[in-house]
Amino acid sequence: MKLKATIIWGVCMLTAQLSASVFSADVFSGYTLLKQETKEMQDDDFLNQGMATVEKGGKLFASIGKNGKSCETCHGQGGKKLDPKVIATYPVLNSKTQRPITLQQHIINEWTENLGNAPLKYESSDALALEAFVRNLARGQVVNVQTGGKMVPFFEQGKKLYEEARAGQLDMACASCHNLYPGLKLRAQVLSQGQSNGFPLYRLADGKVVGVQTRINQCFDQFRAEGYPFGSEENTLLELYMNARGNGLKIETPAVRF
Amino acid sequence: MKKSNLAVSIMIACFPLGILAADVPTETPTPKPEMIEAYQTWKNTDYSIGSPLGGLKGNPANGRKVAIHRGKGNCLACHQMPIPEEEFHGEVGPPLDGIASRYDEGQLRLRIVNMQELNPGTLMPPFYKHPDQFNRVSKKYQGRTILTVQEVEDVVAYLMTLK
Ligand code: HEC
Ligand code: HEC
Ligand code: HEC
Repeated sequence: MKLKATIIWGVCMLTAQLSASVFSADVFSGYTLLKQETKEMQDDDFLNQGMATVEKGGKLFASIGKNGKSCETCHGQGGKKLDPKVIATYPVLNSKTQRPITLQQHIINEWTENLGNAPLKYESSDALALEAFVRNLARGQVVNVQTGGKMVPFFEQGKKLYEEARAGQLDMACASCHNLYPGLKLRAQVLSQGQSNGFPLYRLADGKVVGVQTRINQCFDQFRAEGYPFGSEENTLLELYMNARGNGLKIETPAVRF
Repeated sequence: MKKSNLAVSIMIACFPLGILAADVPTETPTPKPEMIEAYQTWKNTDYSIGSPLGGLKGNPANGRKVAIHRGKGNCLACHQMPIPEEEFHGEVGPPLDGIASRYDEGQLRLRIVNMQELNPGTLMPPFYKHPDQFNRVSKKYQGRTILTVQEVEDVVAYLMTLK
């Protein structure tokens, strides 16, 4: 009986190791592991509670700023002149700073610089709504973050933060769960690869839309670690690495997750 | 909208709460700094810690409780154990039934105290690593080991009953 349990675990581990190597070539979305009801909720825009945030973002996108312009002035009605393929490449190298910039930071910057509005807080509900609206325009596009050239050192730093940096009293790294054990249960929840292709997404456990940097901090919190501030250098590097790690996945914004 | 609310309620009802400790409010109040016990040093000799930490004697019944408690051992997050009254057992670590016939007490103690001594890349939390060796710990848990000396010994005593 005891031996049997150990053997079963051994087989599970072997399968996990094998599938881990398959996954590294073949990334998979957290969607794959959802219960049927949750999948249906995500797939149906009437059931998907994240759509309310996308709609709110659409209204902000059309709203006239302090200087008389709206996002639509330059990007067309409903953002139709924005190129979904470009949205799927974020974070990108910012030409001014020569550092990576996340999609949400880019939007926050334009909100003040191009519309003359008061600054938006990172991960605030308006910033998330705008990001969700813009990323929803690229739903179905394949994540395609550039990691070569000038991005190399940033990608490597992000990788280190994700793969190696142990943190918290439980002393874990992101990779400790999301690289080693996807497909296996932690208590009752099956671990995914911790991919970012669905963000901003509707979290049932929170009853609201959360951004990827909020989710990163929720995981840090689970292992009793202090997260990095929103919009910080570290979170930008983590988001860069996470999005690039999911290159090839389809954007699902707004995804629905537990 | 009705339909969607119903769907959400079903979802939430279907999902068990709590993965790791922090998902669930812990019943243990945060001890005041002066209540944090002095750290007991230990030594890994041939992948074993032969003598009890602080010379304490473990209580297996309490060790079982510590193993279940989500804010303490939370062993069930990762291991299947002969604890049938608890519903959800994780599967990222090996099942612990029969563990005492595979390891002796000293070997088990090292595994609880710090599994990283055996596998630097392990997911298993180091339950009695020196708090100075952690990085970026949330305020609430700073300066403390995960388990107290007594709790470590209780868990070891409990594991020794799993022949
Ligand atoms: C004054 C014109 C103007 C306004 C107003 C404006 N943008 Fe832009 N936006 C630009 C330009 C120019 C670019 C860069 C395009 C390029 O370099 O090809 C850009 C780029 C972007 C991108 C990146 C996609 C890409 O093609 O590079 C996003 C997303 C975006 N804007 C969103 C917004 C949002 C959201 C608002 C409202 C808060 C907004 N923009 C307001 C001019 C504007
Ligand atoms: C103790 C295990 C554990 C560690 C360590 C961990 N996570 Fe998670 N993470 C989870 C669980 C459980 C979930 C929810 C189920 C799932 O999608 O894996 C999750 C979900 C996620 C998701 C959402 C995935 C989706 O499809 O919606 C992201 C993103 C994520 N984690 C990122 C991280 C990052 C970044 C780190 C490091 C800072 C990290 N995780 C560390 C356990 C962990
Ligand atoms: C976050 C997950 C996690 C938690 C929590 C956890 N473990 Fe583990 N444990 C593991 C993993 C994974 C292994 C496999 C060894 C490795 O990683 O090298 C392991 C290995 C072990 C082993 C050695 C098993 C063998 O067959 O060699 C023992 C004994 C053990 N754990 C006991 C415990 C006890 C007791 C607790 C609670 C006080 C606990 N673990 C909590 C993940 C965990």
